[in-house]
Amino acid sequence: MIKSAKQLAELEHSYNSALAGAAARIVVCAGPGCAASGSRAVYDRLVEELTERGSHVTVDYLMENGAKPGSGIVALESGCQGFCQKGPLVRIEPEGLLYTKVHPEDVPELVEAVIEGKILDRLLYSDPATGEVYAREQDIPFYQDQVRIALHNCGAIDPEDIRAYLGKKGYQGLARALTMEKQDVIEELDQANLRGRGGGGFPAARKWAIAAAQDSTDKFIICNGDEGDPGAFMDRSIMEGDPHSVLEGMAIAGYAIGASQGFIYVRAEYPLAVKRLQKAVQEAKEWGLLGDDILGSGFSFDIAIKQGAGAFVCGEETALIASIEGMRGMPKPKPPFPSVAGLWGKPTVINNVETLANVPRILQQGAKWFRKVGTADSPGTKTFALTGDVANTGLVEVPMGLTIGDIVFKIGGGMRQGDTLKAVQIGGPSGGCLPGELLDVPLDFDSLQKAGAMIGSGGLVVMGQQTCMVEVARFFMQFIQAESCGKCTFCREGTLQMLEILERITKGKGNLEDLDLLEELGRAIRQGSLCGLGKSAPNPVLSTLEYFHSEYISHIVEKRCPAGVCQALQRYLIDGERCRGCGRCVKACPAGAIGGNVGSPYMIDQEKCLRCGACVDSCKFQAIEVRA
Amino acid sequence: MPGATAVEMRELVDSILTRHKKAPSSLIPVLQDLQDELRYLPEDCLTMVAHGLGISPATAYGVATFYAQFSLEPRGKYIIKVCDGTACHVRGSSPLYQAICKRVKLENGKATSKNGLFTVETVACLGACVIAPVVVINDKAYGQMTPEAINLIIDELEKEDGRDQVCKTAS
Repeated sequence: MIKSAKQLAELEHSYNSALAGAAARIVVCAGPGCAASGSRAVYDRLVEELTERGSHVTVDYLMENGAKPGSGIVALESGCQGFCQKGPLVRIEPEGLLYTKVHPEDVPELVEAVIEGKILDRLLYSDPATGEVYAREQDIPFYQDQVRIALHNCGAIDPEDIRAYLGKKGYQGLARALTMEKQDVIEELDQANLRGRGGGGFPAARKWAIAAAQDSTDKFIICNGDEGDPGAFMDRSIMEGDPHSVLEGMAIAGYAIGASQGFIYVRAEYPLAVKRLQKAVQEAKEWGLLGDDILGSGFSFDIAIKQGAGAFVCGEETALIASIEGMRGMPKPKPPFPSVAGLWGKPTVINNVETLANVPRILQQGAKWFRKVGTADSPGTKTFALTGDVANTGLVEVPMGLTIGDIVFKIGGGMRQGDTLKAVQIGGPSGGCLPGELLDVPLDFDSLQKAGAMIGSGGLVVMGQQTCMVEVARFFMQFIQAESCGKCTFCREGTLQMLEILERITKGKGNLEDLDLLEELGRAIRQGSLCGLGKSAPNPVLSTLEYFHSEYISHIVEKRCPAGVCQALQRYLIDGERCRGCGRCVKACPAGAIGGNVGSPYMIDQEKCLRCGACVDSCKFQAIEVRA
Repeated sequence: MPGATAVEMRELVDSILTRHKKAPSSLIPVLQDLQDELRYLPEDCLTMVAHGLGISPATAYGVATFYAQFSLEPRGKYIIKVCDGTACHVRGSSPLYQAICKRVKLENGKATSKNGLFTVETVACLGACVIAPVVVINDKAYGQMTPEAINLIIDELEKEDGRDQVCKTAS
């Protein structure tokens, strides 16, 4: 049980000196990307190898007995280290070396190098553009422009060991908050101007101040971990890689507004996040950092974890509250805002995972420190999930105000080989598709809004020339249509109409009036919907209509998909020179669309052709071409 | 415990309701626990849950049909979730989904194969975009999937099921 701030500082010191007692630490990334690439097998092999050599030492051993004589090496698993493209990743500390694409069979050689203090060149990252090889993580261009505040510990520590979090000054922000007056805690956050990282950018301090001002014996803090945007995994990485930062942020919020109970609402699709958060809550309780009379301050706070059940709309705060109450997740009109009357009608502050992960750092280091990063109106950093056709996919955190171009080309290393940038989809289904010409737009809440997109939760999907923007608009509309809760007519019916029009266009059956209708419907849905899901639903369509108008025209007028994606607009043709007239394609075609005589080239009847591609698979002579 | 009898279901529902202290706000966790056991939510069970929590069967049904996680139809032994998030979509999740449906011989409009072995679903985003396209089979994630690779995996699962059947008969 920890009873005082002094004890926290002592534990920080004892953990760090224990770690320093090891000759080296080998940190295997166990984030979602690396785990799916086989990081577990790497870790298991590592422990086996170290044990065989008599070099394995655990943190527990070091904490109890100090340094192990000889060369004791600690093996750890961490949360997401970010550079997912090159996973599984292994970092060697204290040197900070980063090995990429490590497989179990590389482990003996890797351990040998660590013991001998050498660098294993073949596993280092080499920049495909310049050929330059980097040994240390911090020197790699992918990491150079990043500033880690919310992800400070993510990828650095073992998320299942509270001592590792304490070693990073964990819970010291809470300790400081507990010595302050409640309104001073809110004032500190207000000075920092921390804006909600879930998409809206609403100042967190204002939510807190409203809830604090309510006269109620019961108040609640909810952490919104319902990260439903397709293409986003920042919150998942924080919950899995640094769960205590979320708990600490919630406890600070609870103290500031006078709440004693918190809930974390996590997506059902994130089972590992649920497991890690449960473990973290349990450990925090055992250590006295949650529960009754925290650090002898008289403040009590507990946290329960609620699993979502697969409804995108539950990311909206009033729908989320309905879901925790055990009802269908449907939004309610605001006001009253949750800060006034939320969960079970009581004042409730709902903050997003990333917002809460920033809070302990602000309380630890002060508002002035936080404001040194980012822009005047959007201080701090933002995490992004960088995916799609970019060379380096991964999890990144950058100062607010960096441009899209900086992220794609400096951090992301540009496009995949041979491709050029067509669009950047930002903010998921609520966001928009921005063209290559807008790469100079700074990424902050207000600049993006002006460009017709929004930061959303921070999914950044880079799209190359092989992407059809009409199809992308259809894809998002299909998503929104399926996820609309059905409460507001404009959202329920309007999105269905928009989807049908878009489907028509991608099948080459659209007409030019459809484009006006799409805009009209988009405006109507925006005005006639209650919640953020409906209000922002038309964004992907309206932004592609604005920036990629010519692609819509090609589909409608020329009946052609310039990217060659829309199946109904493809044409299957048999190359007469290559076709040997074997007849395999005739048998494969389910529509009987191929005709001709054995021994001479066959022909495809375009009217009958279903564009299923069965003939292409069946042909042994690559004689069937697909044309856009 | 798929294939449970009416009495077994009754006992199961009662034990889950007790675990959640019969609080009406625990409807969603109760249904989640129930589905974990039965792989789906039989209509009779929904009514039992509603009565146990003191809410109307319509409310329970309304919640069960609102959330994508819940299924009122029996589901397969292997649940194949094809991620159709933006990154996976851009990297070809649709052809992948079609290939899987074809491989496990889904009939038109059905999500579960006739032999009850496979259920194929698409999900919005699994948050593993860096290894797109992703397929998750019973909580195990497979990244950078192709139709060929997933077919091999399904072959393995069929073999695994065959072995399970042999073990069952033997015991």
